[in-house]
Amino acid sequence: MADYRLTFPTDEQHVRDLRAGDSIVVDGHIVGIRDRTQIRMFDEGRRPHMDLRGALLLHTAPNVRPLGNGRYEKLCIGTTTSARMVRFTEGLGIDYGVRAICGKGGLPDEAIEPMRRLGMVYLAIVGGAAALETTQIEEIEAVEWEDLMPECLWLFRVRDFGPLTVGIDAHGTSLYHDVQAEARRRLEALYDRL
Amino acid sequence: MDAVGAGPVRPVERVVEDAAAYLYVWALKDIPQDLRDALGAARERETSVPGRRVLDTIVRNVEVADREDNLVCQDTGIAVYYCRVGEGFPLHPARIYEALRRGTERATVEHPLRSNTVHTLTRQNTGPNVGYRVPIVHWEFVTGRDDLDVKCVPKGSGSENMSFLRMCVPADGVAGIKRFVLDSIVGAGGKPCPPGIVGVGIGGTADYAMHLAKEAIARPIGTRNPDPEVARLEDDLYGLLNETGIGPMGLGGDVTVLQCHVEHADTHMTLNPVAVNYQCWAARRASAHVTADGDVRYDRDA
Ligand code: SF4
Repeated sequence: MADYRLTFPTDEQHVRDLRAGDSIVVDGHIVGIRDRTQIRMFDEGRRPHMDLRGALLLHTAPNVRPLGNGRYEKLCIGTTTSARMVRFTEGLGIDYGVRAICGKGGLPDEAIEPMRRLGMVYLAIVGGAAALETTQIEEIEAVEWEDLMPECLWLFRVRDFGPLTVGIDAHGTSLYHDVQAEARRRLEALYDRL
Repeated sequence: MDAVGAGPVRPVERVVEDAAAYLYVWALKDIPQDLRDALGAARERETSVPGRRVLDTIVRNVEVADREDNLVCQDTGIAVYYCRVGEGFPLHPARIYEALRRGTERATVEHPLRSNTVHTLTRQNTGPNVGYRVPIVHWEFVTGRDDLDVKCVPKGSGSENMSFLRMCVPADGVAGIKRFVLDSIVGAGGKPCPPGIVGVGIGGTADYAMHLAKEAIARPIGTRNPDPEVARLEDDLYGLLNETGIGPMGLGGDVTVLQCHVEHADTHMTLNPVAVNYQCWAARRASAHVTADGDVRYDRDA
């Protein structure tokens, strides 16, 4: 298990270097996104102006203070459960060129195949560790679709963001799948001891 | 509040309101010492690389929250209070409820905190973390006392979504109870932000079992059920759950749960209800003790 530092947006090669279980710290720019944002993009067929090529998306609904003129100050920014949003994975890769999705709790197995095919990864953050996460977001640089507040598209400039764990890599390995399979195997043995 | 109930706010009612406002924010920022100790011990014990990375980050996050005076987790939860009311306490529970509601509201507006409460069908926000039947209060009434203990537990949705109920049959026995708890926690995987406290309620009726599971998650880590039979079940489940390998944030490891607490009630001879309520690693909790004279003592350990 290797330790990486990567600047986003990035390209397919850097993403394919990552293996499930690796640690990664992120610099550069990442994009906050959530259920409503993706419902608009995919179910309502609207395309945002923000360029998502090579992007790392973060599943979040940030707690912010409006400063006027579309500027916002961060208050507390954390991460939400990713599993609800799994159905958008393939579209994000094909239509938008997204390279990485960061969230908590993992994505179900249906994300494994598109991530392998399209060269995408799932990066696990520590759910609930919002105090730390907030200090690693340097600034909110842009916001789009403010009418969906707080489920807008958020452009964050980050530094030392993480450490994140590669939960699903671009080679068909998912830690979540493997941990579940192992747990189910162990359960069979545990049942006998009840 | 309706017109009939809208009398003047008596001083002790104001005291309870202030306490609620304080407890809600305090709980969100400063997690209890028993939880800090348990997270620190988990970090020492964990051997998987991703698991240790997660626990390191959690411990670091708690330190940053202290330093920056920020919330430990962004999810301000749904406000749940536990009240133990002495029969001689000079404020009727109806008034205690109103005070808790106003305190929750004030904390949300004044801090300000993210407001999460919505109408269940329309999904429209209902106000500053209050709404119809929200906050939620667990009541216990005790004889021979004239004081009030109030504990605030802001409950996050990631872990609350991992709640499970099964009406086992008596023939399933204790093994059936254990199996259901194990299956529930393995099925939950990383979604409820493990490692946390697994609350288990057994006996009573379906609704009461879940009520008891929620009581169980509010207990300080390290406390044990006074009934030795039930305490043994707590120990057994704790060991079994940590053998599943789910690990911190579901990334695999030795520490899947920090503790398992069981609360029980006697039940009907043909019932065997089991409820599981998960509390994430951010097991926030803050308590106050209010005397009949309106003096308040905040308590980090309760
Ligand atoms: S489950 Fe708990 S730690 Fe995780 S995001 Fe929700 S409140 Fe925070």
